[in-house]
Amino acid sequence: MRALLVLEDGRVFHGRAFGAEGEAAAEVVFNTGMSGYQELLTDPSYYGQIVNMTYPLIGNYGVNDEDMESDRIQVAGFIVRELCRWPSNYRSQGSLEAWMKKQGIIGIEGIDTRALTRHIREAGSMNGVLSTHDESIESLKRKAQAAPHMAGRDLVKKVTCAQAYDFSDPKQQAGSPVFKVTVIDCGAKSNICRELTLRNCGVRVVPAHTPAGEILSGHPDGIMVSNGPGDPAAVPYLAKTIRELIGKIPMFGICLGHQIIGLALGGRTVKMKFGHRGINHPVKDLATGQVGITSQNHGFCVEAESLPREIEITHLNMNDNSVEGLRHKEEPVFSVQYHPEASPGPHDAAELFDRFTGMMDKHKKRG
Amino acid sequence: MPKRTDIKKILIIGSGPIVIGQACEFDYSGTQACKALKAEGYEIVLVNSNPATIMTDPEMADRTYIEPITPEVMERIIEKERPQAVLPTLGGQTGLNIAVETYNQGVFEKYKVEMIGLNIDAIHRGENREKFKAVIQGLGLDLPKSGLGRSLEEAIKAAESIGYPVIIRPAFTLGGTGGGVARNEEEFRKIARLGLENSLIHEILIEESVIGWKEFELEVMRDRRDNVVIICSIENFDPMGVHTGDSITVAPAQTLTDKEYQKMRDAGIAIIRAIGVETGGSNIQFAINPQDGRLVVIEMNPRVSRSSALASKATGFPIAKIAALLAVGYTLDEIPNDITRKTMACFEPAIDYCVVKIPRFAFEKFPGADPGLGISMKSVGETMAIGRTFREALQKGLRSLEIHRSGYEDYPKIGADLTPEILKARLAVPHAERLFTLREAIKQGISIPELYAITGIDPWFLSQLKTIIDTDQQEVGHAWENMDPAWLKKMKQEGFSDAQIAGWVGRTEIEVREKRKNLGVLPTYKLVDTCAAEFESYTPYCYSTYEEENEMDQASEQPKIMILGSGPNRIGQGIEFDYCCCHASFALQDLGYETIMVNSNPETVSTDYDTSDKLYFEPLTFEDIMNIIDLEKPLGVIVQFGGQTPLNLARRLQDAGAPILGTPVEAIERAEDRDQFAKLMLDLDMAQPENGIARSRDEVLEIANTIGFPVLVRPSFVLGGRAMRIVYDPQSLMDFVQEAFDAAEGQPVLIDKFLEDAIEVDVDAVCDGTRTVVAGIMEHIEEAGIHSGDSACVLPPHTLSEEVMNRIKKYTERIALALGVRGLLNIQFAVRRGNLYVLEVNPRASRTVPFVSKATGRPWAKIAARIMSGQTLDEIKVTESESIQHFCIKESVLPFSRFAGVDIHLGPEMKSTGEVMGIDNSFGMAFIKAQAAAGQTLPLSGRVFVSVKDDDKRDVVFIAKKLRDMGFDLVATPGTHKVLRSNSILADKVDKIGRETKSVLNLIREKKIQMIINTPFGPVGREHVRPIGTTAVAHGVPCITTLQGAQAAVNGIEARQAAALTVSPLQEWYGKSKE
Repeated sequence: MRALLVLEDGRVFHGRAFGAEGEAAAEVVFNTGMSGYQELLTDPSYYGQIVNMTYPLIGNYGVNDEDMESDRIQVAGFIVRELCRWPSNYRSQGSLEAWMKKQGIIGIEGIDTRALTRHIREAGSMNGVLSTHDESIESLKRKAQAAPHMAGRDLVKKVTCAQAYDFSDPKQQAGSPVFKVTVIDCGAKSNICRELTLRNCGVRVVPAHTPAGEILSGHPDGIMVSNGPGDPAAVPYLAKTIRELIGKIPMFGICLGHQIIGLALGGRTVKMKFGHRGINHPVKDLATGQVGITSQNHGFCVEAESLPREIEITHLNMNDNSVEGLRHKEEPVFSVQYHPEASPGPHDAAELFDRFTGMMDKHKKRG
Repeated sequence: MPKRTDIKKILIIGSGPIVIGQACEFDYSGTQACKALKAEGYEIVLVNSNPATIMTDPEMADRTYIEPITPEVMERIIEKERPQAVLPTLGGQTGLNIAVETYNQGVFEKYKVEMIGLNIDAIHRGENREKFKAVIQGLGLDLPKSGLGRSLEEAIKAAESIGYPVIIRPAFTLGGTGGGVARNEEEFRKIARLGLENSLIHEILIEESVIGWKEFELEVMRDRRDNVVIICSIENFDPMGVHTGDSITVAPAQTLTDKEYQKMRDAGIAIIRAIGVETGGSNIQFAINPQDGRLVVIEMNPRVSRSSALASKATGFPIAKIAALLAVGYTLDEIPNDITRKTMACFEPAIDYCVVKIPRFAFEKFPGADPGLGISMKSVGETMAIGRTFREALQKGLRSLEIHRSGYEDYPKIGADLTPEILKARLAVPHAERLFTLREAIKQGISIPELYAITGIDPWFLSQLKTIIDTDQQEVGHAWENMDPAWLKKMKQEGFSDAQIAGWVGRTEIEVREKRKNLGVLPTYKLVDTCAAEFESYTPYCYSTYEEENEMDQASEQPKIMILGSGPNRIGQGIEFDYCCCHASFALQDLGYETIMVNSNPETVSTDYDTSDKLYFEPLTFEDIMNIIDLEKPLGVIVQFGGQTPLNLARRLQDAGAPILGTPVEAIERAEDRDQFAKLMLDLDMAQPENGIARSRDEVLEIANTIGFPVLVRPSFVLGGRAMRIVYDPQSLMDFVQEAFDAAEGQPVLIDKFLEDAIEVDVDAVCDGTRTVVAGIMEHIEEAGIHSGDSACVLPPHTLSEEVMNRIKKYTERIALALGVRGLLNIQFAVRRGNLYVLEVNPRASRTVPFVSKATGRPWAKIAARIMSGQTLDEIKVTESESIQHFCIKESVLPFSRFAGVDIHLGPEMKSTGEVMGIDNSFGMAFIKAQAAAGQTLPLSGRVFVSVKDDDKRDVVFIAKKLRDMGFDLVATPGTHKVLRSNSILADKVDKIGRETKSVLNLIREKKIQMIINTPFGPVGREHVRPIGTTAVAHGVPCITTLQGAQAAVNGIEARQAAALTVSPLQEWYGKSKE
């Protein structure tokens, strides 16, 4: 079946449909990772986006029950150059196509994904419509233009959990936890919880709108502000909660969590031209001078010059010098723009979780 | 961290001659290193014995030593140059091994030379199996179960405890020489013995067999701030059990989930740190059990390798250049990425295409060699192709391979009428044509699960193959009228060539091409940019595919010239031609042209993205070249420098409108066509050996009888003397003739009178249409009849008279002018009893151009390129031949140690893979240097075995006497012994082969013989001679198979006995010549 991708500026790509039939209007972004499509598809930070994979051969190793970052596919649509119909891997339990169909997600294949990437790189991320039934380019263009834009959108409310719960993964051995960590779920990837559990943390996941008081009443040793989709500036309630918690309990923020901490500390966030999405972004730790390769997925970032004096920029992106990490000089708060939980991506930054437990340990001992 | 300032002078070690397992990729890496470090202001001293390299161009380093790469030479150079540092990681295993040997002899310590990039402990941890195993286990990583053997007994014990089958890997060798798989003790004994002998440290590793597991490689880089990045992952199509050099390989890895990939990445990073590779690149190999994902570490190369060259070309990340900069103290975050300019080298390339590398084999050259593939590398070259899908890349790669296939199509060589049973049996053993055997099996309906069970090739790959085959079979008979743009684009995206499509629709390739162009189905060129288009790129390195958007900007202020490269290395066509192509590009850039390089060989300097203004990494076929010409519209196309590959296309390209530069296509044809050439010789009143052209067996015999035996028989239009033989009698002629017709592939077979006892002479010259300048005259050391590519030669000639030399020059001038040569020209002459015969004229760059350039200090390929662009020799100020005072000897390097049991005697069919050069003031010293460089260390004392054919018995007397005078003991077979005794030369008598106890084979094995002089007994004696040669090869005893070679060796030994070895850089030799 044919499928069309029409961008809001009128650029059209003709391809073949796969997965579900239908139509999706959302922001079109590209990801340069050569592996990890299943983790990416289930990452709630991609909620409300159509993702274009720059690597042309997708679906090669199928899908399985283990490599899930949430309980479902989160993207609005998926763009690949070639969908693999004969996956091969010892863990594969089915094909990408069948899975997408089951989950009701539209895909398009056979388009010049590199041309699309170059277009987005030059023109910036923009809305697009992916459709298997509307063949009118004009109509699709109008739909793309009419679709809500990412800036100003609160998407956290779409992906955060409905109720608080204690995280557990049947695959992980649960020892007796040393630390109690509350994860503020802005659309958290499961691997954040897994990494914490691995480090003897009892993990309680709470909805994003949980008030600070309620969080404090659980007496956590630490707070993790998770990744998530959308514009950080559009969720002021979260910044407010964080502001109330800073200084009271050790806090670690990842991605959207980092942006919200930045906002809570008085900084500003801006929308980037096309963001960082992939698993090869070099980030320099300014304290050690070492560079780590990181997993990234963000379209907004914290403006360096907006941060007050008590905030130290700890990490910078080597490609464009954007802020990748910060910490409060006096209070136990730090955050990174990238994904130390990886999945997909390198484990270079996994030690940040140790830093977090170290901070909790210190804080705990100090009483 | 900034670069180190305590180092001023750095010694870089090259990798020596091209051999199987070590090819042009180290010229590529060495050249990058020289350029990068020179640009940083370091003084570069270079040692490499291979003259056909760009790195040994005198402007690449400050002091260029074309000398044998031996510890002795290393010490001489260090003594003379006093470098502060030596960089051992860019010269392949040769560079690393020699660094270790030199270190062990205390030379570095004595002269206070620091090894940079890699210290001796790290080398040991990386290369010594026991230490490597300890490090890997210390990291908590898994390895195949293994044990160590320093003696056969110890090895057998280890094998028993692991359980058969086991893999045997000798420590410290080249490309896994001497390794193998043993299924039982008998096989084990055989391989283990050879492995122990081949190991520099007399040690072998015995390993649990992981044959059939998935094989992966990572290219890892580290800097001194401990930043580590992965440049590329590579997945092998052929599973474990086939050497990665012989495997089809794919980048990036295709069938790993991110979880598995990251596990491997973590392991790679941990390993490079634990081994202690301070700075630079490493290649780490892994195997994964396809059933449960168990990851085991196989091995690592703590240096730049063949795979890193491939990874560099596959990603656009210049590993060798970065490794060199890291070695002098920079860190990855300080080195800019040339391609994006705005980002730094501290990142991991993302690619948005699929890269397929396919090995090129040459089994037809070595009858009797085992065609099976195993853990010892046998391929002689490789090609790389880039596509947006695996299928497209694979098909492009297959047509790049020059095996007469236009893609993944039937291959007659696998045989007809094969039953499924035969196919299955064949598939179980990896072999060079297995891809095509698979094709036949898939066509016959053998299922993918079954094929997977037999071959261990991942079902992902097998499904891809099946898709190509299904499409191919489906489209046969597609109607010409139904060739619409959508269908055509789809087929092109699947990688099918115009020629394949022509087969379906029953038209010619040209017709398909024209229709395709009219329908607007044109290739789009995409950039290789390290970042999957995330950033803008500034380096026009591209590949073709059929997509929407073309990224190659054809606007240029400058006129453009396109240079066609030489494709995959094979015997007869290798680095020498790449050297010429690079020089053409350099020269034309200097003249203000925009140069466009087209090539498909990832090992080369020509496919470095900064060699030419634009690089098209494409198959060298009519279709792919014409597509680029259509887009770029160059002023001219150069076909003269890439060897036979572009030359064979010249006519078709010209007919399709390509502007061929230099010597007209008609002149090339006149020289190639027998009749036209004979007429030319007649017109010029020059002699050629009597000859004839035969199209049938009867004609062959008739001609041979007319001109008289012996005759030289060869197919026309083939490379490197394929299926070429000297035949002495009608019976052997009839035996051989079928092979010649087979190799000729429909073309006639040529019969020449063979001139016995003639001296062969090679001439390279340049001509601008009015003036001719002889670049160099080379006298072959072996008599005529041995392929010029295999024969050693000397420049200037040491036995030719002034009169003959002048006649050769005159002939050369007249031939060049008569043909209308514009550019390079190579002529082979034979001199016999004062008569001059013209054997062959090649109006193109020859294999010897780099050697002549190095010998004379003049860049002849550059001069030729300038002529082709329209300049005259007067304008270039090259009006006379260069006369030199020293002697330069080119010696060939043969791959016999790879092919156990094959005949090592030389003949008219070329078998060498590479060459070395020896330079010195005397012929003898230059010769012994060339021998040492080629790996034949001639003894200065000891015992020499002499056994010669009857024809040589008279002449061997002088040589034998000389050897006695020089203090050698002699051993001879009865016939030779008798001749020596009657000339009062003392020698021991030894029995011929067969009588075990006292046979010569035993003496060789017991190391009681230091040199062998053994000439073949004509056509009948060969079978008996073979064991001596193969035993000598196996035991590393110099074996000389011609009397002329023996004479030269005696001269060499004599010179060396009289004087110590001295070394001089090219820059000094040229200075001397100018004085």
